[in-house]
Amino acid sequence: MAANSSSDRQRAAQQRLQIIAGHLQRPTNYQPDITAAECKAQEGNPNVSNEERTVPRRRQDIMKWNGWGYSDSRFLFNKKGQAEFTGKRYRLSGMIIPGLKDWMEGTFGASLQHKAPATPILNSTAVQPATINEAFVEEVKATTIPFSVEAEDRVFRAHGHCLHEIFALREGKIGRVPDMVVWPSCHSDVVKIVELASKHNVCLIPYGGGTSVSSALECPPEETRSIVSLDTSQMNRILWIDEKNLTAHVEAGIVGQDLERLLNESGYCTGHEPDSMEFSSLGGWVATRASGMKKNIYGNIEDLVVHVKMVTPRGVIEKSCQGPRMSTGPDVHHFIMGSEGTLGVVTEVTLKIRPMPEYQKYGSVVFPNFEQGVACLREVAKQRCAPASIRLMDNEQFKFGHALKPQVSSIFTSFLDGLKKFYITKFKGFDPNRLCVATLLFEGDHEKVLQHEKQVYDIAAKFGGLAAGEDNGQRGYMLTFVIAYLRDLGMEYYVIGESFETSVPWDRVLDICRNVKARIIRECKDKGVQFPPLSTCRVTQTYDAGACVYFYFAFNYRGLSDPIHVSEQVEHAAREEILANGGSLSHHHGVGKLRKEWMRETVSDVGLGMLKSVKDYVDPNNIFGNRNLL
Amino acid sequence: MENKATYSHTDPMLKKRDEFEDMLEERRNSSDFRYALKCYTPVVYKNLTPCDANSLKSMVLQSDQLHYVISQVSKETGRTREDLQEEASGIIEEMAHRLQLSTVRFFAFALCKVFKTLFKSICVNEDGIQRLQQAIHEHPVVLLPSHRSYMDFLLMSYILYTYDIALPVIAAGMDFMGMKVVGEMLRMSGAFFIRRSFGGDKLYWAVFSEYVKTILKNGLAPVEFFLEGTRSRTSKSLTPKLGLLNIAIDPFLKGEVFDISLVPVSISYERILEESLYAREMLGVPKPKESTSGLFKARKVLSEDYGSIHVYFGQPVSVRQLAEGRVNRCQFSLTPRYIPMRPNEDVQTFVNDTAYRLVRAQEENMVLKPWVLLATILLQAEDLERGIPLEELTEQALWLRDLCRQYGGFLHWPDHMTPSEVISSSLSLHHGLVRLSEGNVYLALSGEAQSGPVSPEEQVLSRAVPVLSCVSYRNQALHVFVRPALLATAVHTSASNNKQDIFNTFSFLRNMFCNEFILCPNATVQDFEEACFLLVKTGVLQVSQQEMVVTPRGHRTMSFLSRLLLPFVQGYQVVCAFLCEKASDTLTEKEFVQAIRKFVIKQLLSGTLRYPEVLSSDLQKNAFAALLRLGAVHKVKSVDQTGLKINKVTVNSLEDTLGGKLPTPKASVARL
Repeated sequence: MAANSSSDRQRAAQQRLQIIAGHLQRPTNYQPDITAAECKAQEGNPNVSNEERTVPRRRQDIMKWNGWGYSDSRFLFNKKGQAEFTGKRYRLSGMIIPGLKDWMEGTFGASLQHKAPATPILNSTAVQPATINEAFVEEVKATTIPFSVEAEDRVFRAHGHCLHEIFALREGKIGRVPDMVVWPSCHSDVVKIVELASKHNVCLIPYGGGTSVSSALECPPEETRSIVSLDTSQMNRILWIDEKNLTAHVEAGIVGQDLERLLNESGYCTGHEPDSMEFSSLGGWVATRASGMKKNIYGNIEDLVVHVKMVTPRGVIEKSCQGPRMSTGPDVHHFIMGSEGTLGVVTEVTLKIRPMPEYQKYGSVVFPNFEQGVACLREVAKQRCAPASIRLMDNEQFKFGHALKPQVSSIFTSFLDGLKKFYITKFKGFDPNRLCVATLLFEGDHEKVLQHEKQVYDIAAKFGGLAAGEDNGQRGYMLTFVIAYLRDLGMEYYVIGESFETSVPWDRVLDICRNVKARIIRECKDKGVQFPPLSTCRVTQTYDAGACVYFYFAFNYRGLSDPIHVSEQVEHAAREEILANGGSLSHHHGVGKLRKEWMRETVSDVGLGMLKSVKDYVDPNNIFGNRNLL
Repeated sequence: MENKATYSHTDPMLKKRDEFEDMLEERRNSSDFRYALKCYTPVVYKNLTPCDANSLKSMVLQSDQLHYVISQVSKETGRTREDLQEEASGIIEEMAHRLQLSTVRFFAFALCKVFKTLFKSICVNEDGIQRLQQAIHEHPVVLLPSHRSYMDFLLMSYILYTYDIALPVIAAGMDFMGMKVVGEMLRMSGAFFIRRSFGGDKLYWAVFSEYVKTILKNGLAPVEFFLEGTRSRTSKSLTPKLGLLNIAIDPFLKGEVFDISLVPVSISYERILEESLYAREMLGVPKPKESTSGLFKARKVLSEDYGSIHVYFGQPVSVRQLAEGRVNRCQFSLTPRYIPMRPNEDVQTFVNDTAYRLVRAQEENMVLKPWVLLATILLQAEDLERGIPLEELTEQALWLRDLCRQYGGFLHWPDHMTPSEVISSSLSLHHGLVRLSEGNVYLALSGEAQSGPVSPEEQVLSRAVPVLSCVSYRNQALHVFVRPALLATAVHTSASNNKQDIFNTFSFLRNMFCNEFILCPNATVQDFEEACFLLVKTGVLQVSQQEMVVTPRGHRTMSFLSRLLLPFVQGYQVVCAFLCEKASDTLTEKEFVQAIRKFVIKQLLSGTLRYPEVLSSDLQKNAFAALLRLGAVHKVKSVDQTGLKINKVTVNSLEDTLGGKLPTPKASVARL
């Protein structure tokens, strides 16, 4: 055995040596396997409108530099001490949310008197000076691809939206940031940049929407080369729509909301709606194996992708045709999907599209307890009749959602609400501290939606579920879009929180929910958190063989000297608990650097070796050096 | 490795223990009737969904695990599923408890009366009760009392009822069920009955384990069982049995509950009801079968004074905390959890270590009465018949009292009484075992006069009865001294003062005696260090890098400690000698007990053996088990019986090594 493995090792080492040697030789007799073609953008396309896009090069013009989302949208407590949501972009915008203050005080023991304000503006002197690779910069200049070395631009691309990242920004602490940002506007721009980066040994970190929650965008502190952030946001065109095959060929930098809006103009949609879809990009979805809320109808990203083009230091990888399924060895798309920017940049994707649904309807069901709710979801999955989306919130999250109810306009609505509450808790005997809610979204043609709706409500009734109206359902989905804004509000008042997810077989759903929530509470207590934390979960996706579970935890950190460390320890412990209970390392957030310590046990030694050998072949000089995943 | 022997042990003297309250005191001053009818509203598990006995049964019968096992068994045996389902419900009917508060109240009333006549006091650490209550609220709880008497589980339920704690469901041996009315009453007070052996019966095992797990998973009630599996007749803790503990820990390992609290409970009797019964049993008089009429005959015990009982509810132990970093729970995520699987090696080791840990926790909180020390001293007398002069006994008792405290023994020595008062009250409580005349204290060896001509063999046996009773009291203190005693013996038998030699001998002895005493597996070095720490701390030993030397003032302790172990050393030697000299090739396992008894009697009569306690079948069985474990004896199974194959060379060398005639072999596992 030993002799065998050592000879294996020798062979592997020799191979590596050859690869490296080959790479070193390349400059002398250079084979242009990266072909820089003309920008397709110039060709134009009569099919597709080319109007304004959401994301400008200077993201800071419309987005917060140290928080979530648009600068004009945020929660605040007004002079009367009532919570309101500013701006005009969302349904909740401009509304008063009367219940939020009490909920925050009651849940976290937070107080409006105790504020922890953020550093208001970015102090450029706090940013390390850029390490510039002059030769690289010179050649980039020659290509006319726009770039920047300004501190603001660089800081914006040095982080995702993990708690520790945002918290540090609020405190004005800035670690290693990219030294330069480039904005390619088409595939061939990317080819040029990758070619130059390889030539000058510059580290490239692809940047899409910046919504990562896995520390994937953090610059490795040990990286000594110049780090260049490759921002794909300007590659945001739909290049063509194929109405015969129902596919669309799209540049990978497009963000979800633009993609959906532009397709809608032509009467189509992808139906891929991750919670981050306002800001996250198509390329990011591919690189992290994203999942959308409506995957029950449209599928997850791996089901939607027909063709991918990725630029790697070895060259461009793509398939030669668009056959809907192939038996051609392991699917090379699966090296790309989930590669998290370690192998190259996804530049163009052909996606399945669908005609826009005729009819959409929200719905909700109240269950007497979480157990019944999970049993119902399981049955729905078993009968394969899940609506476009079905999510089950636990009691804590139900209360949270309730606290976010905007002020009602008429006495009549509030009277109706009271009546509903009376019916559920008094007449039906539901315990308000145990009941939980499932939110539903149906899509399709009108008649079928109604039929489908009845089928689902009939199943729910078998598990003691009561229909609780469209409004509750819709609010449930709204919650997911504003939750990140809410975290910013919490941080203003000493409350920090984080979310994470997993996927797990059906028979373990209840156990994992109970144990992980209990673990969070215990860890917080052990780590000296003064007030019991919010520890809550929801089942957000159903599959034939299991479900996706999403956890939130948040706590009041007054009295803690290093709250972020505590929070990281709690999340770490919670992840250990997930793994011990048969949950996966991630359902759709990805691994990044945050979870890579568990990769080996997740995919086994051999599995990790396989991934490593792919990396070694594709990117032997670690040009794509974000050090995610492996 | 040398410098690893840093004495980082916490001083056992500093062990913090709770205060006791006498729970009988209130009973003596207020109405028992009203007490039996008191309002009983215990704190329950926070996630409890209440569930009656019948729905519990149907939960078990409809469980996935049972369905799986039924279909497996059906495939293997060709029996129909309906048939097996029927059998399963039969099993559960036979097994299940039917807790009824009215019966509990009846028991509470009756036990009150009985306890008040039998015992001076029943002392309970109320802080422990508080902790237990908290634990029950937080997580499913497993109660693990020590087992010295039939009284144990009634006593437990009685205490829990009195303190308004959730009543446990108790695993009881099937033999109780034989006692018609009483069996049913026990069932109604929370006992469930399991067959003593059901080795290969998969269906029985499935029903039984699912029953226990269902109760635990849902936190329906604390589950109580005896880790030692059976009553210890010798007052030494028994090697823990792992079956039920495995079942109880399983829901945690499989993630079905967040945590499980294990609560060790130490019940110490000042005078054990079954005292001479046990002694007789050890000497070969079979124990009477449990029967209701037998219970009534036992009524005469009611007229005696049995002193006090101390019940100590130990610190709840979190299974989660114990398993942290020891068991990788991911291993359970690749197979459906309802498929019964043999636990992995790491799980087995974990459960075994946990069991030992809990038994040690029981031992540590056992209250020792002064009589335990007196019995220890009396058994070490030069001449058992002559005994010891009272003053000398008093002096030695005080000396031993201090030693015992230094070693962390949980000694209840009444400090408000003079030493002689303490001693005389102890002696009078145990008047059946000990006599005082002409200033000499001695064991009542000729206590029970026998009619008719008695053969010398019978005489030996009958004189051994009080000795064995006395031994069982001495044994209560053994766990305090056993590690230093092993070291003392090792120092005496080792050829040199060399530390490594002494460690080797220690390791050999420890290995030899690990069926006899509670010595955690794989803890040789720890035990050695603990023993060193105690002996160094009390100024008995001086330890340098290479050597261990007895100090001049340490000889008394050293000789006390080695004499404590001597009956065991000689006992094991005798067993070895018997196997070498007398055992024929045709000896079977069954014949062993009888044959060795004859051999020992002969040795005692001839005067080559001093210690009548070697007659104890417990000691002989333990020695035999040790020899089996060490490979000196093998079992040869044939159709109708189990024969023994004896490796005389090995047995002989073990005997000589025990006697110090042969140097100990190098410790194979651990080196210092």
